[in-house]
Amino acid sequence: MSVLIDEQTRLCVAGITGREGSFHTLNNRSYGTDVVGGVTPGKGGQDVEGIPVFDTWEQAMAEAQPNTAMIFVPPRFAADSILEAAAAGVELVIAITEGIPAHDELRVYNTLKREMKNSHPPTRLIGPNCPGILSPGKANVGIIPASFFKAGSVGVVSRSGTLTYQIGNEIAQAGVGCSTIVGIGGDPVPGSSFVDVLELFEGDEETELVVLSGEIGGSAEEEAAEYIAEHMSKPVVAYIAGFTAPAGKQMGHAGAIVSGSAGTAAAKAQALEAKGVRVGRTPTETASIAVEVLGGASLTAS
Amino acid sequence: MDLLEYQGKQLFARHGLRVSSGEAVTSVEDAVKAAGDVGYPVVVKAQVLIGGRGKAGGVKLANDAGETREHAGNILGMDIKGHVVRTLWIEHASDIASEYYASVLLDRSAKQPLVMFSVEGGVDIEEVAERTPEKLIRHHVDALAGLSREEAVQIATDGGADADVIEGVADALVALYEVWLQEDATLAEINPLIVTPQREVKALDSKVSLDGNALYRHPENQGLSDSENEDPVERRAKEEGVQYVKLDGDIGILGNGAGLVMSTLDVVAQAGGSPANFLDAGGGSDAEKIKQAVDLLLANDAVKAVLFNIFGGITRCDEVARGLIAAFAEIEPSVPFVVRLDGTNDVEGRRLLEEAALPNVHGAKTMNEAAEMVVALAAGRPVGAAA
Repeated sequence: MSVLIDEQTRLCVAGITGREGSFHTLNNRSYGTDVVGGVTPGKGGQDVEGIPVFDTWEQAMAEAQPNTAMIFVPPRFAADSILEAAAAGVELVIAITEGIPAHDELRVYNTLKREMKNSHPPTRLIGPNCPGILSPGKANVGIIPASFFKAGSVGVVSRSGTLTYQIGNEIAQAGVGCSTIVGIGGDPVPGSSFVDVLELFEGDEETELVVLSGEIGGSAEEEAAEYIAEHMSKPVVAYIAGFTAPAGKQMGHAGAIVSGSAGTAAAKAQALEAKGVRVGRTPTETASIAVEVLGGASLTAS
Repeated sequence: MDLLEYQGKQLFARHGLRVSSGEAVTSVEDAVKAAGDVGYPVVVKAQVLIGGRGKAGGVKLANDAGETREHAGNILGMDIKGHVVRTLWIEHASDIASEYYASVLLDRSAKQPLVMFSVEGGVDIEEVAERTPEKLIRHHVDALAGLSREEAVQIATDGGADADVIEGVADALVALYEVWLQEDATLAEINPLIVTPQREVKALDSKVSLDGNALYRHPENQGLSDSENEDPVERRAKEEGVQYVKLDGDIGILGNGAGLVMSTLDVVAQAGGSPANFLDAGGGSDAEKIKQAVDLLLANDAVKAVLFNIFGGITRCDEVARGLIAAFAEIEPSVPFVVRLDGTNDVEGRRLLEEAALPNVHGAKTMNEAAEMVVALAAGRPVGAAA
């Protein structure tokens, strides 16, 4: 098993006709993901290397029955595209787009959580501003370079794209694979939080251990620590980036803003450690702790 | 994007919040002239993006031209916690009966707007929140419905506003919510929100942060950043669309993705080095962007060695290599580089670098190795084989 995406995934991509959109969609298809369509208003009837393009999500749903959407459109169109995909009944929306206004994210989050809750199977949003999801050997949706990961039993959930690759790759080099790698994105109002994804991994038979990669800003790591203590039976190993980030400076991710002592890397590491989660000092150390814990877990299990 | 007090007040006025009339000036002469225009007594206020202006002597009352001249002269050029005062706001002084506090912000944890109100304004509100939390009303607003006038009246009443200004405070809260919503702010704060002896409710200060991602919807707000107080290299980076933050050390750092760059800073610090900057070249950087980034890195004279840490997803390592080669052809850097390339097209990227045989460029296999190498090079110690 894996979480969120696998062989059953039927992917449709908003922004498939753009340069980056088509590049990564075709990459996902070469990996084995079943790409059933794309959506670009005004370009319905065309195709991208055999993938049919539709004008709207409604048409895409009627013609190709996608169960997963990937959003690759520019920031100013992204919120509406996400909501349209959800309204058409797509169960999982993965938004790669970076730079969506925070107020749009707030509107999308609350609309999905409440207004659309009862009208359809509830839509789960991953991202925005995220690298996507990879279930090694099964499906890849997004921009994660799949060749650096192998299939296995470690679930990875991360706010940062490139850090995810770094940690996943180090785990792979140690001979251990991943069940699913989920990038939740670093924006102020992500569609899914650490807690949402931890819950999925806890319920996934294949996942034996979870690596959580966080960073400064917000309180998602602190909330994850509480959740882990109360609800997780599987071991969780964490990494936090941003120990040397000066207070008050914004470092790239909209979410990565430090103000006062709340949300600092030290406070987050402390919150996790207080709940028994081991926190690596570097991505390398984090990967080796994960491998060590997993070895121990397998030994006790056998 | 944080706004200066007077810029925030301009947005307040746009949405019907009452503020005092005033003028922003940059010289003593203009300060005296502005004070005459708005009418004595006036308050001369330093415009800097940092709290504690009053305690630092950056806010003074002036009753005549002589006093205005004296205070403006003292405050202009003053260094308040590293922020040099270049602009003054000259405002007609207000009579104050009570000082309240009001704010609207994005509560990331609840994923809703949060309105806060207290009658204990004018002081450190964090202290009020900590010592007497019952005196700070926290009210989550339904993001899809917005703040209704009834809710605002309830907040003012629950917070203990004087009975005769409940309506005025409710108006101010609704207007502040409109500022937050319509201007795409992440924070809109008034401390103090004053009640005058004539029972008017007025914003005496402002703290507004705008969402840079939403500026395309607000062309009128695009000139509001405090570019004069920015580091010149940071300003150039912003113009070129590169995420750059200057730090105090001597190791230049470039990576792709904010998380990986933050992690790189940490790993370099753990290896005993001191990062000179944070530079996120971003996803999908092409050769031209990499070239510009190298130029930016080296614009900081303190840089003694540079670390490139790339793990390509959307970024293609061959593009990074081409950018670096192009940069070397044009800039001829005099400091050593350590380059770690992994991810999309990394084999091609490393091959290009090897072929180019750039002077004083060292390849590293892992992030930790790269950090150790660059720390050694910055300290003038030799490292292993060149790339």
